[in-house]
Amino acid sequence: MLANYGYKDGSGEYFITIDTDKCDGCGECVKVCPAGVLEMITNDYDEVVPAVTEEQRKKIKYSCAPCKPVSGPRNVPCIAACKPAAITHSW
Amino acid sequence: MTTEYWRWKEYRWTAEDKDWKKADILTAGVDVGSVSTQAVIMTDGDLYAYSNMRTGSNSPDSAKKALDWAFDDTELKMENLHFIVGTGYGRINIPFANKAITEIACHARGANFMYGPTVRTVLDMGGQDCKAIRCDERGKVTAFLMNDKCAAGTGRGMEVFADLLQVHIEEVGDISLTVEKEPPPVSSTCVIFAKSEASALLRKGVPKNEVLASYCSAMAHRVFSLLERLGVEKEFAITGGISKNKGIVQRLEKELGIKPLTPKHDPQIAGGVGAALFAKSLIEKQRKGK
Repeated sequence: MLANYGYKDGSGEYFITIDTDKCDGCGECVKVCPAGVLEMITNDYDEVVPAVTEEQRKKIKYSCAPCKPVSGPRNVPCIAACKPAAITHSW
Repeated sequence: MTTEYWRWKEYRWTAEDKDWKKADILTAGVDVGSVSTQAVIMTDGDLYAYSNMRTGSNSPDSAKKALDWAFDDTELKMENLHFIVGTGYGRINIPFANKAITEIACHARGANFMYGPTVRTVLDMGGQDCKAIRCDERGKVTAFLMNDKCAAGTGRGMEVFADLLQVHIEEVGDISLTVEKEPPPVSSTCVIFAKSEASALLRKGVPKNEVLASYCSAMAHRVFSLLERLGVEKEFAITGGISKNKGIVQRLEKELGIKPLTPKHDPQIAGGVGAALFAKSLIEKQRKGK
């Protein structure tokens, strides 16, 4: 399942996508996120996978900003930490 | 009393030809949304009764009221139900529910039941958010995307417009379709902006039907961009209250180039139907385990 969390507003589209079929449930992404955007949940199909916390869903543009400098190299910790490459960002 | 143009009709329904006493499994799904609450009762996985009403300020209360109304004169009581699943915005707040499941999974499952197993894309246009869901032939979610940042493109936004233009909410769609030429859409990023734009149009003397058309096309375009991001696969179905607004549905159909399926039942109950079906699977699993 491709779980998209985030929103679209006047300035752009901000979605974090988690491919729960690729995810192995290791939880590394949750540990490395400096902003506490992610948490592990048991979803409707009993898979233990990360999700963007309810609190962060409407503001990831700002919460994720420190990891995403407008210029320069990007090394987003949650994406880098995910061995099965299950996490993507839309922006 | 002033007319409340935004107020839609609450109602209930029972399958007169069915007898719940003969059923082996009795389940219920209660979908407490931000604007409306539906309680759906199923006998052996078949639709038996449902109610659809406004959500009050207290979600446990609304859930109880909706379920009681669905029981109405059927002599059914809470004790008779084997399993109750709560879903929707207020799902974690339903004291009598045995389990809470997200509305995304429930709408996919409900759409699978109501529109048939060919449904691959479900658009749930709810009271305060909007969800695009892709699912497989069993109604299991394969991808989802939701937008709950803003009420533009939702039922609540439509209520605001019905009120502003003094048009009954059920008539908004039909009236918006009476325009000769499609006017440019109003802002689709914010209901408040859209409302002030609409007020400006009215002041200029633009007729009501054109203003409504501007809003409907803004809303259709907004959900279209959401669907586009997720990708639309046929068959396509729309659930939730807004799916009853022809002005939106027809404009969305034009943008997508795909005709949505027509439902057998009220598309607003899809979430509740899905929840009741999940309840059935869960009780079957429990019984097997014993």
